[in-house]
Amino acid sequence: MELVECKELCKEFDGKPILKNINLTIPRGKIIGLLGKNGMGKSTLIKLMNDLLVPSSGEVLINGSKPGVDSKKIISYLPERTYLDKSMTIAQVFKFFEEFYENFNIEKATKLLKDLDLELNKKISQMSKGMQEKLQLILVMSREAQLYILDEPLGGVDPATRDYILDTILSNFNEGASVIISTHLIADIERILDEVIFIDKGEIVLTSPADDLRKKENASIDEIFRRCFKC
Amino acid sequence: MEYIFDNERPIYIQLVEILRIEIISGKLEKGQKLLSVRELALKMKVNPNTMQKALAELESKKLIYTERTNGKYVTEDEKLIEEVKRQLAKEKVNNYINSMQSIGISYEESIRYLQELGGKDGIS
Repeated sequence: MELVECKELCKEFDGKPILKNINLTIPRGKIIGLLGKNGMGKSTLIKLMNDLLVPSSGEVLINGSKPGVDSKKIISYLPERTYLDKSMTIAQVFKFFEEFYENFNIEKATKLLKDLDLELNKKISQMSKGMQEKLQLILVMSREAQLYILDEPLGGVDPATRDYILDTILSNFNEGASVIISTHLIADIERILDEVIFIDKGEIVLTSPADDLRKKENASIDEIFRRCFKC
Repeated sequence: MEYIFDNERPIYIQLVEILRIEIISGKLEKGQKLLSVRELALKMKVNPNTMQKALAELESKKLIYTERTNGKYVTEDEKLIEEVKRQLAKEKVNNYINSMQSIGISYEESIRYLQELGGKDGIS
């Protein structure tokens, strides 16, 4: 059974099509880049996988079933915007995650936190924006999930933080699990991707193993993407 | 050590090249056990699947071998290592001759320049 399967998936808002007839399979054990410009449907597709939106027609299946309680157990999701209560301390957030998710590995989270030189009793509101983003990533990657979905994890971070984020993803995703990373900052992440999906105006325009595409086009994924979607 | 990759070429091919050089230069000694795929991938900051593909390629070229259940090892075949080194040297020499020719220097002159200008410890 496929990890994620989209069949003729469509989503409209106010009669306006946002996703058009998406047919897509996400295999296990891969890091996949969901690449598209802003406003092309990346986050909508991700929200459908996370049961935060329902399809207008067609379906999305996670391990063969419609998204719901079971899929939320196995998907660890990093949304575009933070949802943490800023008045909480890190320790409280950890406790919250531990109670909320059976597969949250608090030892792993604590170890990752230590690498950042952060104290458990620090309040979220006292942390810089970059630090908050790192904390959020630690929370998401410390779940022993089957699928990690990261929506724009590199939005507006400095190069050092970007390297930290890529390393943390690479060293922490569960063996056999898959990672979907949505972004328009392709050059920054393309070296860690197995497969790429190009999405444009609500349609999947290309899916390919990253190295095959480089070989075929003699160019970087970033370059190919730019050629494809020249404004 | 930071490994820098060129995004314009398949990453697995670049991994093969890096590891091949580490083997023929002796940085990875013959018969030495390699780190696990995952450890190597982390060390070189690449995707484990990409590393797996690179190791499979090296294995098909017999530069490494798998001992069942025990992991992967660098070949002990000195003749093979010599052969690969020679082939790589040939590529480098050809590159040198070609780039000299592109600035109008003949083959014979190129050799003279090499002896005259190429310092023993590298280009001086």
